[in-house]
Amino acid sequence: MYDFEFEKPGSIAEAVAALSGEDAQALGGGQTLIPTLKQRLNAPGKLVSLTGIAEMRGVCVGDGGEVIIGGATPHAVVAAGAGAYPALAALAGQIGDPAVRNRGTIGGSLANNDPAACYPAAALGSGAVIVTNAREIAADDYFQGMFTTALEEGEIITEVRFPVPQAAHYEKFVQPASRFALTGVFVARFADGVRVAVTGASEEGVFRWTDAEAALSETFAPEAIDGLNVAAEGMIGDLHGTPDYRAHLVKVITKRAVKAAQ
Amino acid sequence: MPKDSGIGASSKRREDVRFLTGAGNYTDDINIHGQAYVHFLRSDVAHGRITSLDTAAAAAMPGVVRIFTGADFEGVGGLPCGWQITDRHGAPMQEPAHPVLAQGKVRHVGDPIAAVIAETAEQARDAAEAIGVDIEELPAVVDMKAALAEGSVKVHDDLSSNLCYDWGFVEENREAVDKAIADAAHVTTLELVNNRLVANPMEPRVAVGDYSRATDESTLYTTSQNPHVIRLLMGAFVLGIPEHKLRVVAPDVGGGFGTKIFHYAEEAFCTFAARALNRPVKWTASRSEAFISDAHGRDHVTKIELALDADNNFTAVRTETYANMGAYLSTFAPSVPTWLHGTLMAGNYRTPLIYVNVKAVFTNTVPVDAYRGAGRPEATYQLERVIDKAARELGVDPIALRRQNFISEFPYATPVAVEYDTGDYVATMDKLEEIADLSGFAARRAESEARGMLRGLGVNCYIEACGIAPSNLVGQLGARAGLYDAATVRVNATGSISVMVGAHSHGQGHETSFPQVVAEMLGIDESMIDIVHGDSSKIPFGMGTYGSRSIAVCGSAMVRATEKIVNKAKKIAAHLLEAAEADIELKDGQFSVAGTDKSVAWGDVTLAAYVPHNYPLEDIEPGLEETAFYDPANFTYPSGAYCCEVEVDPETGKVTIERFSAADDFGNIINPMIVSGQVHGGIAQGVGQALLEQAVYDADGQLLSASYMDYAMPRADDVPFYTVDHSCATPCTHNPLGVKGCGEAGAIGSPPSVVNAVIDALHSGGMTHVSHIDMPVSPSRVWSAMQG
Ligand SMILES: Cc1cc2nc3c(=O)[nH]c(=O)nc-3n(C[C@H](O)[C@H](O)[C@H](O)COP(=O)(O)OP(=O)(O)OC[C@H]3O[C@@H](n4cnc5c(N)ncnc54)[C@H](O)[C@@H]3O)c2cc1C
Repeated sequence: MYDFEFEKPGSIAEAVAALSGEDAQALGGGQTLIPTLKQRLNAPGKLVSLTGIAEMRGVCVGDGGEVIIGGATPHAVVAAGAGAYPALAALAGQIGDPAVRNRGTIGGSLANNDPAACYPAAALGSGAVIVTNAREIAADDYFQGMFTTALEEGEIITEVRFPVPQAAHYEKFVQPASRFALTGVFVARFADGVRVAVTGASEEGVFRWTDAEAALSETFAPEAIDGLNVAAEGMIGDLHGTPDYRAHLVKVITKRAVKAAQ
Repeated sequence: MPKDSGIGASSKRREDVRFLTGAGNYTDDINIHGQAYVHFLRSDVAHGRITSLDTAAAAAMPGVVRIFTGADFEGVGGLPCGWQITDRHGAPMQEPAHPVLAQGKVRHVGDPIAAVIAETAEQARDAAEAIGVDIEELPAVVDMKAALAEGSVKVHDDLSSNLCYDWGFVEENREAVDKAIADAAHVTTLELVNNRLVANPMEPRVAVGDYSRATDESTLYTTSQNPHVIRLLMGAFVLGIPEHKLRVVAPDVGGGFGTKIFHYAEEAFCTFAARALNRPVKWTASRSEAFISDAHGRDHVTKIELALDADNNFTAVRTETYANMGAYLSTFAPSVPTWLHGTLMAGNYRTPLIYVNVKAVFTNTVPVDAYRGAGRPEATYQLERVIDKAARELGVDPIALRRQNFISEFPYATPVAVEYDTGDYVATMDKLEEIADLSGFAARRAESEARGMLRGLGVNCYIEACGIAPSNLVGQLGARAGLYDAATVRVNATGSISVMVGAHSHGQGHETSFPQVVAEMLGIDESMIDIVHGDSSKIPFGMGTYGSRSIAVCGSAMVRATEKIVNKAKKIAAHLLEAAEADIELKDGQFSVAGTDKSVAWGDVTLAAYVPHNYPLEDIEPGLEETAFYDPANFTYPSGAYCCEVEVDPETGKVTIERFSAADDFGNIINPMIVSGQVHGGIAQGVGQALLEQAVYDADGQLLSASYMDYAMPRADDVPFYTVDHSCATPCTHNPLGVKGCGEAGAIGSPPSVVNAVIDALHSGGMTHVSHIDMPVSPSRVWSAMQG
């Protein structure tokens, strides 16, 4: 690890100020960032820890019934505290191991946008709103490809607002080594239609499977997508699965998610 | 009733108290006043010529003590190889130099180029980044068959090709085997890959070099399974330090699995640098470094043919294997695909004719050497897979086909040079059928199918050659060392005992099981006995722990030394009791005169030995300490039968192990609990190989699975609860304890049954076109195979 300065502000305003300097980077739970520092793959001049900001921590239910999660809330807190949105709580409870869940945060996960991460599927699948210190970003506009998001330099995710669907489920098929999602599908059924978000599979990162959404909006049952297929082109091919396999998994896992959500 | 102490008791592992309470003393826990830290600059390309190496800027960085490069090692020996193979034509293998630090060329990602020594580990790493190194990249040699093609780039310019050796065994059988295969009623052929593995012990490697100017003594603390082997190799072949001036200490070691047998460059470097700088020097590997510098395991590509007559008797086996050596010859690498593999190709069967061909190949990858089982898993896997395939082709029951061909008379001389002393393969198979509840399988399959899952059952047998090894025999086979072991039993004045053993315990529980043997022989409490291991200045010259040899070889030495103790103690007791030595009996720690009530306690005899006031000084020396060296007369041949039941998800290809049963014959057993634990761990590693683990290089020689993000180690929920049984014991005939060794069995015996079970599941689902899937049998591979 290279030397860096460290700040732990107590408010969003202080954090924004601290991040405005050259070379400053936000630190959430450090579950992604610290390993890259240890491997010397990253050399920020200053780390600004967000976990001391009380207004960015915790889970609550908003006036419109939406579940609101502070940007610096660890996965374990979501797993235990997002009872109003059981599919989301269950997803948080499946991330990594207890150590990861006690440190890693939703803001860090969404900012990182790992193509195999779980939260992006929940955010996109729920049509969540990513709230930053500067603006509100609809999930549909937020994810912009592997490790790429709409966040500007120094912008921090302060909270995430999840509309609560009538039914939802996240089905995760794990990559055997990392146990991230080899393919994960978040299905959410709202009054006005179904959303299907897929993580782990595409070279473009998390995406909405719109054909399945249309079919499931008609009939919310696994059979509804029997006639659909996902193209292998653009799917990830690596040690753990070919593009063909991932394309196949998207369908299988989507059906399972629907079945579980029914 | 189970015994509560001595041989056969499940005494609790006393060392675990220290390990589980954080009180272990591992090499990284050793910090010597004034120590400096090493960071190795390693090649990030697989193959290249170092065109310039500029350390000036780095040397001026804060805290830097000194930077060493290959130039500093020009007069120093290279890392030696401990085994020479003679090829099919009688010529010695090609043996390249293996420098401590790269000399002109780098040959694998991870090859050390320079070593920076600084006041802190971080400073050493900072400075290593400032070293200017230019490497002219050469094409990487990765694929073994391509490496042997005419005109391939050579890993070693001074060798004639990338072929280390082309070994034929038994060469004289070649024509007869070819003929038997040509004449056979049926021949089953299988091509397979035995996947490359990274051992990944919990504790990465560490080395601390120390030097005393006062005594001119060097000390190396290292994560080793065999400190004396390291002392011999490093002292005599690399650094030229006489053994009496070199001490090697392997304290608590957090798992070895073979990968800590070998002598590594970092050990030699730290010892050398401590002397050069007159300062202790420490290196601790990171996990990332371990992936690219620990010797890997397996990596065979094999074609096997099994010939059968019209009655399904095996008539011949012919194999052709490409074995990856990596970029250099690691200490015992050449022996693994040859003598530890070819000699096992008879398995548990009466195959009269066997021919094994092995081409060992240099590639631009990390060196490959022994990994739990070493050669024997590779032999077992191909044989037990091809038998299963043959049974399917012939439409016969795979267990019946095995039973029909079992060796049933012992001793049995195989056509591949070894003689099995004992075994009872029918008994272990009977036991397996019972503990695996084979009769209940149909119902379990129906239940799985009702849930939409495919269920498969796979069985295999295994035989291994352990207790390595008779020195005169292995000498003829090319070993450059003896393979005896040694023990010194030191009885203290008040009767407690320290046993200094050449074996090294790094998870095997020797500190518990070895005292059980001595306690049994003397009739005293186990707690009065400790073993001392891992320090060349304290223990007699022993060869260490690998090849499931510790209790069979070192344990036998300990028995011999204890017998000498008993003999001498009886003389002392006879004197104290004023009786004839022949009348003295030792029981429950009491020496008594046969047929009388006269007796003297163990402690009185030991005290007399050290306070010899009333003592036969004219006949015997005072003191009570004996050493024995033991060289085995033969290998031992543990064997067994394993059964795996899997469920395969037909939609995703995911395999789940539902049941796993193991019936082993380990001969006599010292501590059943420890033996079960060894089998459990071995199966976990075998399951890891079968379902999860693979070290994969890309065409440029970059290791793709270089971290736990991509290299899948088995975890608790990947393995089932095991049913293990070791009641079918046929004691070894040639060692005093009748023991065979159990350390590797699980890893040897489990992969074929897992794969056999997966194939069985797919066939039950109608996918009869699938005859083989290479390990690891990952969801993606199973799914691809199912697609046809
Ligand atoms: C062993 C292991 C297993 C894991 N398994 C899974 C899994 O199964 N599924 C899964 O989804 N993830 C998994 N993860 C990742 C884990 O969820 C991380 O917590 C997450 O990816 C990053 O969150 P963090 O809070 O640790 O962020 P950090 O590592 O601190 O930061 C990550 C990035 O986000 C930025 N950042 C952090 N917080 C904010 C914020 N509030 N606003 C803007 N930018 C911010 C940082 O600057 C950095 O660039 C695993 C991680 C580990 C180590």
